[in-house]
Amino acid sequence: MFQIHCPHCGATREEEEFSYAGEAYIARPANPEEASDAEWGDYLFMRKNTRGWFWEQWQHTAGCRKVIAVKRHTGSYEIAGSWTLAEGKEHYLKESEA
Amino acid sequence: MANRYSFWSLFKHGLKHHESWQPAWRSPQPRSRYDVIIIGGGGHGLATAYYLAKNHGVKNVAVLEKGYLGGGNTARNTTIVRSNYLWDESAHLYEHALKLWEGLSQDLNFNVMFSQRGVMNLGHTLQDMRDIERRVNANVLNGIDGVILSPKEIQDIVPLMDISNSTRYPVMGASYQPRGGVARHDAVAWGFARGASEQGVDLIEQCEVTGMIIENGRIKGVHTTQGDIFADRVGCVAAGSTSTLAKMAGVRLPLESHPLQAFVSESMKPCLDTVVMSNAVHGYVSQSDKGELVIGAGIDSYLGYGQRGSPHVIEHTAAAIIELFPSFSRVRLNRQWGGIVDVAPDACPIIGKSPIKGLYFNCGWGTGGFKATPGSGHVFAHTIANDAPHPLNAAFALDRFNTGHLIDEHGAAGVAH
Repeated sequence: MFQIHCPHCGATREEEEFSYAGEAYIARPANPEEASDAEWGDYLFMRKNTRGWFWEQWQHTAGCRKVIAVKRHTGSYEIAGSWTLAEGKEHYLKESEA
Repeated sequence: MANRYSFWSLFKHGLKHHESWQPAWRSPQPRSRYDVIIIGGGGHGLATAYYLAKNHGVKNVAVLEKGYLGGGNTARNTTIVRSNYLWDESAHLYEHALKLWEGLSQDLNFNVMFSQRGVMNLGHTLQDMRDIERRVNANVLNGIDGVILSPKEIQDIVPLMDISNSTRYPVMGASYQPRGGVARHDAVAWGFARGASEQGVDLIEQCEVTGMIIENGRIKGVHTTQGDIFADRVGCVAAGSTSTLAKMAGVRLPLESHPLQAFVSESMKPCLDTVVMSNAVHGYVSQSDKGELVIGAGIDSYLGYGQRGSPHVIEHTAAAIIELFPSFSRVRLNRQWGGIVDVAPDACPIIGKSPIKGLYFNCGWGTGGFKATPGSGHVFAHTIANDAPHPLNAAFALDRFNTGHLIDEHGAAGVAH
């Protein structure tokens, strides 16, 4: 059972209070009108499914109901930290550049 | 065949104190080139190799397994076999598999202990019952056996079940597929391994694929922990690890790997002679030939490769089983484990070609791959041998996620596979 910190509530709670909301920071096609079927298919369905450190979203369903960003290792299940979506994105983009 | 299993051979070897049996399959060193490489030595991979050799005459085949044969999800499932799926595409595919199951022990000369004890899917709400009626009617139109049972009829088959109105989610009825049942999971892997090896397929264990050799958009071979092995056709049948392989080839797949847990009880006298599943309360149970209750839980919601899940999922499932079978409350559990299942967005497998020429994928079986083992291997072998899908798996191509032709089986697949 994970212990997840909610940056909005400022509290660390058990996994059961949260709902999983999948891979974080999937970029929506910039020009929806011009995106091809393949681009839409990629956006809607294709996933990284990373084995290792992974950015994901959890919703604090039984708390503030806000969606947060969590960085977790999908092999060891270790959690590096959790952030609001905006804060997490800065870390995520910095990591993607490096 | 070195060991043809029969009553006569048992008697003959018995006279020699059973010391003259030969190993069921060879354990060769990998050669540098094959016609076809199958990555993944589980049930589906071994079945693919078996049918490639048997039906298509492609015998220069290697099966590469990073651990040991049948050590992944083949050894970790709850062994349920059924074909009562809603949509035509999946119903035909799973029914094809079920028909192969019915003759599998004879075909392989290996007892896979396929027991057609029936599979019951319970309904607990009016909507459950409407869905069950729709699914059973669809099954019957597709020539698949299925009936709707009333609570009274359920009680006749499973006397231990609490069908009273005093439960939190009373049982309102069920769908029942008498031809469904269970099989011995290890025997399926061993039987296909033996059959494939007998026809010349090399089964190579402790051989992990670490990279793919791709030139001009065409597969040439794979890097492995036992050196480079070359082949013009490579089939990936790696369940939860499929995305890792796809990444090596630069292919994106719509898969998410989740832990799926199951557990077994201590051995008991026979008390349950069918398979009971309930999507609504999240649990499924059968009794193995050893007498253990085999209980399957739902998947953990999060992405994970840890082959373990969260305890609250087990607690949830145990609560559901005890609600259905109050007399099981004092049964002690023996073992618990998790497997990694690769779930596709429409709960249906992906079987077919990839953007890389000569590279094929058979994945996305999610929580219910075991039941399809022979059918999956059969159609995938056809796909690899002919570089074109079998009519039964044409609809399960990867491009359905671009065209939008999804096969939404969440209803029939649900949690309970």
